[in-house]
Amino acid sequence: MNVRTQQRVAVTILFLCTVLVVLPVLIVLAIITYKGMSALSFEFIFGMPENGMNAGGIFPALLGTIYLVTGAVLFAVPLGVLSAIYLVEYSKDNAVSRLIKLAIVNLAGVPSVVYGLFGLGVFVAFFGFGVSILSGSLTLGIMILPVIITASREALESVPSSFRTVSFSLGASRWQTIRHAVLPHALPGILTGTILGLGRASGETAPILFTVAAFYLPTLPESVFDQTMALPYHLYVISTQVPGIREDFRFGTALVLLLLVLILNLTAIILRYRFRKKKRW
Amino acid sequence: MTIRKLREWCIERLVFLSGITSIVIVVLIFVFLLKEGLAVFGHVGVLQFLFGSNWYPISDPPQFGALPLIIGSVFVTLGAAVISVPLGVASALYVAEIAPKRTKEILKAGIELLAAIPSVVIGFIGMVTLGPAIKSLFGLPTGLTALTGSITLAFMALPTIVSIAEDAITAVPRQYREAAAAMGATTWQTTWRIVAYAARPGMLAAVMLGIGRVIGETMAVMMVTGNAALIPHSILQPVRTLTATIAAEMGETVQGGDHYAALFAIGIVLFVITFAINGVAELYLHRTTRR
Repeated sequence: MNVRTQQRVAVTILFLCTVLVVLPVLIVLAIITYKGMSALSFEFIFGMPENGMNAGGIFPALLGTIYLVTGAVLFAVPLGVLSAIYLVEYSKDNAVSRLIKLAIVNLAGVPSVVYGLFGLGVFVAFFGFGVSILSGSLTLGIMILPVIITASREALESVPSSFRTVSFSLGASRWQTIRHAVLPHALPGILTGTILGLGRASGETAPILFTVAAFYLPTLPESVFDQTMALPYHLYVISTQVPGIREDFRFGTALVLLLLVLILNLTAIILRYRFRKKKRW
Repeated sequence: MTIRKLREWCIERLVFLSGITSIVIVVLIFVFLLKEGLAVFGHVGVLQFLFGSNWYPISDPPQFGALPLIIGSVFVTLGAAVISVPLGVASALYVAEIAPKRTKEILKAGIELLAAIPSVVIGFIGMVTLGPAIKSLFGLPTGLTALTGSITLAFMALPTIVSIAEDAITAVPRQYREAAAAMGATTWQTTWRIVAYAARPGMLAAVMLGIGRVIGETMAVMMVTGNAALIPHSILQPVRTLTATIAAEMGETVQGGDHYAALFAIGIVLFVITFAINGVAELYLHRTTRR
C-alpha cells in the first residue's frame, strides 16, 4: 500500500471509530425522546403515582431527587471548596498534600455501590440516621466530593499568582487575600463544578438504594428523616421490578431524568466555555 | 491585631481539616467495609469465599462462594475492554490529532454527554433495545447476557478512555510532530508511530481507568446481564457481577447477619480492586505529565 492510500484508509478508520463512539449518544437521545414524549404532561410531572404506578405522575420521585441533590450539594460544596483552598493556597508540596491528592483520585474511582455500602454502614446504622433523606444526601455528597474538589482546584489554580502577590503587598492576610482577591475569580469554575456534581448526583442510583430510596410512598416526605422516592430508582423499579408498566411511562420517566441531567451538564459546559472566553489574564 | 491573628489561625485549622477529609473518607470507607464485612470470615474461610463456586446466600445452611460473581465480573469486564479499548484509543487519536477544531469541539461535547447519561438510563435502553436484538440475533432464550453487559458497559467506559487518552496525546510536545513532518512522514505515520508511541503511559492509564469504571458499574450491568449467580460457560449466558449482587441482594438481608456481612465482604473485594487500578493508573498518568 502506498503511503497516501495508507494515510487515507487510516484516517477513515479512525473517523468511523469516533462516529461509533458518539452515535450511541444520539441514538439513546432519539429513542427516549421519541418514545417518551407522548407521556410528558403536566399531570405526569406534577401528579402523584396512581393505580400501581400505571397512572398519574412521577412528582414524588422528582421532588425526592431534588431534595437529595440539594442536600448533597449543601454538604459537598463547602467541604470541597475548603479542601481545594487547602491544596492550592495553604499546603506545600509535601507528603500530606500528595496523600490527599491520591485519596481524591481513589475516591473518584470507588464504585458507586460501595458508596452505598458505606452510607449504609455509617449514616444509616452507625449514626442511626436510618434509611432517610439525610443518609442519602450525605452518601451522594461524599460521592460528588472529588468532582467538586477537582473543579475548585482547577478554578483556584487558574487565578494568576500576581493577584495574590498584590494583595499581600497591600498588607492583606492570607485569608483576606483568598477571600477578596482569589475566590471571586475562581467562582465561575467552582459553580461549573457544582453543577456537574448536581448532574452526577441526580442520576446515581446505587448509592441511594440502601440509604434512602423507597419503592413507592403514598405521601411526600416531611422531614430529612423520612424516606423518599427518587427519579433514577423509580426508573429502575418500573422497568425491572414491576411487570406490565405502560411503555410510555417508562420512557417518559427516562426522558425526564435524562433531561434533568443533560440540562445541568449543558449549563456547566456553556458556563465553562463562556468564562474561558471572557478571561482576560 | 491579635483578633486578626486568631481568626487566621482558626480559618487555617478549618481549611486544613477540610483538606484532609478525603483521606479520612478513604480510610473510613475501608474501616467500615472491614467492620461490617469481616464477620463473614468467621463463617467461611477467605479462600473458600474467593474461590467457592456456590453462591446460595439464602439456602440453609447458606453458601458464600463468590467465584461465580468474580467470573461474572471478569467476563463482562473483558468483553467491555475488547470493545472499548480499540474504539477509545482510535477516537482519542482522531479527536486529538486529526479532527478540525470545530469538529473536535462537537465530538468532545458529545463524549462528555455520553459520560453524563445516568447508568440507570443506559441500562434501561440496553434492556429494551440491545437485549431483544441479541436474543434474536443468536436465537437465545434470553437477551440479557454477559455480551449484552459488555456492549453496554463498553459505552460507559468510552468517555473515560477517550478523554484521558486525548489529554495524554495532546500533552506530547509539538516538536515531536514537527520533527516527524520534517522527515517527510504523513500525518498518519506521525500520529501512529510518534505521537501514539510517546503517549503510551497516558493511554495505558486511560484504559485502566476505563476498566476501573466498568468493574465498579452497578445499575446498568444489573439491568442487562440477566442476574444468574452461576459460573457462565459462554459470553452468551446470563451472569451476575460483584456489584450487581450487592445492589440486588442487600434489600433482603438482615442487618448484621451473615448475608449482610458477605455483601460487605464483596464490597471489600471491589474496593481493593478499584483502589489498585486507580493507584497504578495514577502512577502512569504522572509519567506523561512529568515529561
